[in-house]
Amino acid sequence: MHPVRKKRLILIGLMVTGVSIAVGFALNAFNQNLMFFYAPSEVIAGEAPADHPFRLGGLVTVGSVQRLPNGLTTRFEVTDNVKTVAVEYTGILPDLFREGQGIVARGQLNAGGTFIADEVLAKHDENYMPPEVAASLKKAHDGATAPATEAATP
Amino acid sequence: MLKFFHRMASPKYFYQFAGKLIPWLGVACLGFLLVGLYDGLVLAPTDYQQGDSYRIMFVHVPAAWMSMFIYIVMAGAGAIGLIWHIKLAEVIAISSAHIGASFTFLALVTGSIWGKPMWGAWWVWDARLTSELILLFLYLGVIALYNAVEDKRAAARATSILALVGVVNIPIIHYSVEWWNTLHQGPTVTKFGAPSITIDMLIPLLLMAVAFKLFYATVVLMRARCEILQRERNSGWVRELVRASQ
Repeated sequence: MHPVRKKRLILIGLMVTGVSIAVGFALNAFNQNLMFFYAPSEVIAGEAPADHPFRLGGLVTVGSVQRLPNGLTTRFEVTDNVKTVAVEYTGILPDLFREGQGIVARGQLNAGGTFIADEVLAKHDENYMPPEVAASLKKAHDGATAPATEAATP
Repeated sequence: MLKFFHRMASPKYFYQFAGKLIPWLGVACLGFLLVGLYDGLVLAPTDYQQGDSYRIMFVHVPAAWMSMFIYIVMAGAGAIGLIWHIKLAEVIAISSAHIGASFTFLALVTGSIWGKPMWGAWWVWDARLTSELILLFLYLGVIALYNAVEDKRAAARATSILALVGVVNIPIIHYSVEWWNTLHQGPTVTKFGAPSITIDMLIPLLLMAVAFKLFYATVVLMRARCEILQRERNSGWVRELVRASQ
């Protein structure tokens, strides 16, 4: 290669590498701020901020959803299969909200350790399949001990 | 082979060759698009969680792939232009910018429309959405910078450097869902291991991805032809072309 072109190629390589390293350091420094939500274990461990709102993400514990008599308030538990945090939310829940579903709630912990949410978003996973496949997977997963009671709701 | 590339790098030959190629690419794109859309919107099964809403994926996902692919092409062509001073590479780089910006915009808008019913929000500032928005701004920056400089060769050099600096954003977009907690889902297809999507949904998705690639190929050649005519307006062969068409 012509020496001048080689020099330009090296310069461009150095520039891209340099920028990558700089951005890498910056992202590493801001790592915690780039997390969209905290897991229940992190909240229990006290890693989440106590004095201002944050987001809590995890799965809705199966069998924990209950509606309070006033109508719009829902209480449920969010778990990461290690620790569990109780959540209270007043408002309309997204369509995908159901037990066992991943959600992200925004709010603050109260004195009693309950997470008072002012926004609940549903998180869906990266799996795409027709309902029949999901139902048969669930059946296979539950095995012979627990008969599959319901097909996955569409 | 080398001779072919050498000849193609001449704007005149490229102009003629691209003109012959465009109709074929356009027809192929239309074919894949029709089959892909029919397969995706009619034949593919509904999803167990999202019902029929997931079908916006057949536009959203290929558009998002294209937004990154075109950026890499643009930066790569920019680097070739910087190192070897090939005019054609500069033309391809700047012609890609508008198409890339459009695909990025499309990915953001369809994602937003998908997010409202599924997540419950039009927009959240998670790492994936934010880095994709930065990609849109990078494209707009490239376009603005190119138009701000009068001398087009100098403009191409400046925009190539900007495009190359922005390349660092591409791996960030791709890995954002793995490095950080995000509301956006993790990768379904572009990961190690088998795609976690039923084959009947994967086929239309890939058909649409091919259709979008062909669309880009068609439009970038059209734009490159216009750019070449504008840049070479004082050269003999363009004058002759104009005279012949009058």
